[in-house]
Amino acid sequence: MDFLNILNGALGEIISPTTAAYGLAALGLAVHFGYTGLLNFGQAGFMAMGAYGFAISTLTFNAPFWVAVLVALVCSVVFAFLLGIPTLRLRADYLAIVTIAAAEIARYVVTTNRLTDVTGSAGGLNGFTNGFYALNPFPEGRYDLGFVALSHRDLWVRVTAWALVALCCVLVLLLMRSPWGRVLKGIREDENAVRSLGKNVYAYKMQALVIGGILGTLAGILFTLPRSSVQPANYGTELTFFLWTCLLLGGMATVLGPVLGAMIFWVVLSLTQGLLYGAIESGIITFITTTQAGQLRYIMVGIALMLLMIFRPQGVLGNKRELAFT
Amino acid sequence: MTDKTTAPATIDFMADTRPIAEGEAGPGCRKRDPILTVRHVTRRFGGINAVDVDFLEIPRHKITALIGPNGAGKTTLFNLLTGFDQPNSGEWTFDGHPLAGVASYKVARLGMVRTFQLTKVMGKLTVLENMRLGAADQPGERLSAALFKNLWGRREKEITAQAEVLLEKFKLDAKRNDYAASLSGGQRKLLEMARALMARPKLVMLDEPMAGVNPALTQSLLDHIKNLKAEGMTVLFVEHDMQVVRHIADWVVVMAEGKVVAEGPPADVMKDQAVIDAYLGAHHDVDLGDTEGLKELEAELAQDQASVVGTEDEGILGHHIAERDGRRDEAAGGTAGRKDQG
Ligand SMILES: Nc1ncnc2c1ncn2[C@@H]1O[C@H](COP(=O)(O)OP(=O)(O)O)[C@@H](O)[C@H]1O
Ligand SMILES: [Mg+2]
Repeated sequence: MDFLNILNGALGEIISPTTAAYGLAALGLAVHFGYTGLLNFGQAGFMAMGAYGFAISTLTFNAPFWVAVLVALVCSVVFAFLLGIPTLRLRADYLAIVTIAAAEIARYVVTTNRLTDVTGSAGGLNGFTNGFYALNPFPEGRYDLGFVALSHRDLWVRVTAWALVALCCVLVLLLMRSPWGRVLKGIREDENAVRSLGKNVYAYKMQALVIGGILGTLAGILFTLPRSSVQPANYGTELTFFLWTCLLLGGMATVLGPVLGAMIFWVVLSLTQGLLYGAIESGIITFITTTQAGQLRYIMVGIALMLLMIFRPQGVLGNKRELAFT
Repeated sequence: MTDKTTAPATIDFMADTRPIAEGEAGPGCRKRDPILTVRHVTRRFGGINAVDVDFLEIPRHKITALIGPNGAGKTTLFNLLTGFDQPNSGEWTFDGHPLAGVASYKVARLGMVRTFQLTKVMGKLTVLENMRLGAADQPGERLSAALFKNLWGRREKEITAQAEVLLEKFKLDAKRNDYAASLSGGQRKLLEMARALMARPKLVMLDEPMAGVNPALTQSLLDHIKNLKAEGMTVLFVEHDMQVVRHIADWVVVMAEGKVVAEGPPADVMKDQAVIDAYLGAHHDVDLGDTEGLKELEAELAQDQASVVGTEDEGILGHHIAERDGRRDEAAGGTAGRKDQG
């Protein structure tokens, strides 16, 4: 077993664009649930809006990069309104049901064969990232970061991803420290009390839903960039639950928590994979196959989450006092 | 308590003894100067008429108590009037604005702010943040301005200053940075009331503000309610304790089974046979103004000078005031005391 290799792989996950995408989407969930109390179980749907909105406008309509991003964001806002208008006046659980259903509907729609020309059906879409890589300022070559060596394309996508995550974190932080953020937190605690103080709760919830959704959509675009492909199977409910895992790991009403949660999530997955595969290949573990080991990794993440909930229920960065009385 | 926030009232609302009703007092009587007028408001839950109010006016600049046995429909009426529940029929106007069908947050913005029987504080916000949330006109609460502190920082300072003054008044200043969830039940009632005042409402509707409050805090809560009147606000509150009602209310509305069954000044209402039947029949232990109970009340009130002077209770309890006059000083005087001198 090559421990150094396994460790390097895990370190590489920390800065991978997928981790950044998970962190950003989980930040969206923090805006929804951690700050506003909105139960969104369809964040995968918002990510799909980003991925498909971006890919389809590039491939079908030949839209330039920035226009494609804009189209994705518009899709996201429309999606948020569709979800929010009927449910945000109702109890919190209605939004949960509608979001989980809507995300699945979106996935089934893009998978239908009739739309193959546009969505690529189950096969998904490929080759729509030229516009993005054309913006790459880094000259061709290999860049050695110590634990990983990256191509100029890999470097560009990582720099973009983390710059975007940093920007979004700062914006969310500023928003949550503003009086606007205070109203959101008030709604999370007791929306009728906030209503009785003259705030239009419905409008605030809608704004929060849109903003968290936009973060999910940006994450969806980020997620596709390193792969240069969109696969509908990637946007199932389990994606949403992985994002929730990241959120819970890091801390719900925090800005850096979701990002840290995403890092922990991917590092644990990578480490367990490396160790298990290594152990199986070197014959230390004989009673499971590598396929089973792949499943076992997620069980490990589940166990990590359980341990966390037992010993640190507020998440890594969460405030214990905020959880003490519920 | 200081006079800092007491608006330099041109009218002394505490000394206004003109009659409240226009003509004879009775259920559904007209008021000389109503702030809230309710017409034919009904609300049914299944088979029962939770609220069935034909006509009711709430007098401006007065403290009105809404009493009635449990299940009389007081809370439901509050919910209807403030837009938290929709009536089956009826209309009502607040300060000239028709309010039927108006969203609850708009009702609050018009200056009609309520508290809840089951206290609603934002547990995971600090006491000070709870207070700030009550303020009106904070441009930073708009998403478009939220990122630019230069647009809302100044207003935030004003709001914070206003909150500090109120917290000091309500003896919550030591708790300002604690989470509201860590407050006792009575302190939460105080916080909810103080928070409602942040928006400087015209009409404050308090649903059982004294319920569950430590008796040691009741007296200061009563003082706060009376101070609201001194500052020009109108108060409508739900209360079960007759002594409290008699002590601070200018006017009493009695509800039973959804209807207004009696109205009038406290002393009169408590003699009303309809009230005794409807409300007090079930509460033999409640004293209805016998001399024993009155003495107890006076003994209680004697502990707190500010709460007695300058109210309309003087008629009942006034003979104590003269005795205490000499001792009354700035430190203990409070708002009511100074008004009385002025
Ligand atoms: N949401 C509701 N659903 C059904 N019945 C209700 C509801 N709210 C109140 N009621 C009924 O309406 C009546 C009035 O209740 P309420 O207004 O709470 O009385 P009060 O505040 O005077 O004690 C009671 O009989 C109560 O059971
Ligand atoms: Mg009630």
